[in-house]
Amino acid sequence: MLKYPEIDTRGLACPEPVILAKKALEQYPEGVNVLADNPAARDNVRRFAQQNGYNVEIIQMGEEDQLQLRR
Amino acid sequence: MKGEKEIILVGALVGALAIVLVQFGNAANYGLCIACFLRDTVGALGLHRVETVQYIRPEIQGIVLGAFLMAFARKEYYSRGGSSPLLRFLLGAFIILGALMFLGCPLRMVLRLAGGDLNAIFGLAGFWTGIVIGVYFLNHGFALKRSYKLTQLEGYIFPAANAGLFILLLTAPAFIFFSAKGPGASHAPVWLSLAAGLLVGLAAQKTRLCTVGGIRDWMLFKDWRLLSGVLAIFITALVGNLLVGKFTPGFINQSIAHSDGLWNFLGMALAGWGSVLLGGCPLRQLILSGEGNIDSVITVLGMMAGAAFAHNFGLASSAKGPTLNGQFAVLLGFVVLLIVSYVNREKISQEKSKGADHVEISRN
Repeated sequence: MLKYPEIDTRGLACPEPVILAKKALEQYPEGVNVLADNPAARDNVRRFAQQNGYNVEIIQMGEEDQLQLRR
Repeated sequence: MKGEKEIILVGALVGALAIVLVQFGNAANYGLCIACFLRDTVGALGLHRVETVQYIRPEIQGIVLGAFLMAFARKEYYSRGGSSPLLRFLLGAFIILGALMFLGCPLRMVLRLAGGDLNAIFGLAGFWTGIVIGVYFLNHGFALKRSYKLTQLEGYIFPAANAGLFILLLTAPAFIFFSAKGPGASHAPVWLSLAAGLLVGLAAQKTRLCTVGGIRDWMLFKDWRLLSGVLAIFITALVGNLLVGKFTPGFINQSIAHSDGLWNFLGMALAGWGSVLLGGCPLRQLILSGEGNIDSVITVLGMMAGAAFAHNFGLASSAKGPTLNGQFAVLLGFVVLLIVSYVNREKISQEKSKGADHVEISRN
């Protein structure tokens, strides 16, 4: 069984990380993981996910964050 | 809701500071305008020679240094760049050409509206239209490629250069030009302007206030946060203008404005579209340039180059109206933006590498 898809938004400027997350959630509504390496991307993806009814857990991995978006 | 409350307060602060700056000497509806201030600054450096718009605007240095300090305090400062540098430079130049056709960046458009300048309604309609076009291309894959980590030193250069500009303002050596009359001669006291800029920089870094982002996020995600900050700027400046008796509704004889509706519309459409492609309005680019974002530094340099060209080639409007050269430049801008928007679309890739247990989604 496959794990949740992972979206790599590292180095992308807003609003691109949120657009990628939005499109991915349309295809995988049960949840995705998002890799983000800047605070604006992290905050904006979290905000978008929470507004759309997802729980968000943030795992810090050195200089980047993995956001786990779950139904 | 906490996010909204904070950005509404910051918007109110920006609107109030704009009114204060006008009370203390900036021209009417000229409290804060990133396009105008960059144009005045490049004029002071002699990069254009229009004698009425030459002054090193300490608000600019304050904003950059305020953003730099706040980013440092919040551990959000880091040096990065390399995302489509020349395209960003070009887009920066064209959004300023659009802004100087209208006579003001999106922030000044809001302030002009709040001062009763109804010409800005055409600007707002154009700005909105430009954002709709930009959002269309964002939804169809427009992207400006990734940025990469750079050396710490690179990120310090632009804030240091701004500190240097401020020293040039204070010491006023003979090679710096200062307007004796016109908008460039109308300015608040240096330290007040610097302090206001610092406050804007500190507050806008923390909240990521952005005029373009406000409308864009509402269109893309139905997210009101940034837009609520922009509305707060408008309402506070409107109330402020009413209080100090500077609310003068009408189309004619507005401060540093012209009444050509079509070109007000087209100028701001160009600025709005370009700003969406760049990921933020001129104010936001300035804030990011203080955070170590070299892509935004390149954009600001493009805006400064655009401002210099705008006056050297007679592209900028004046109170008399737009110029023919300026109209050609704005139309050329639309062609350039269309090409950039169309060519820079990228597919979203989805692949599962061998042995991996998940799909990886990214831009090509």
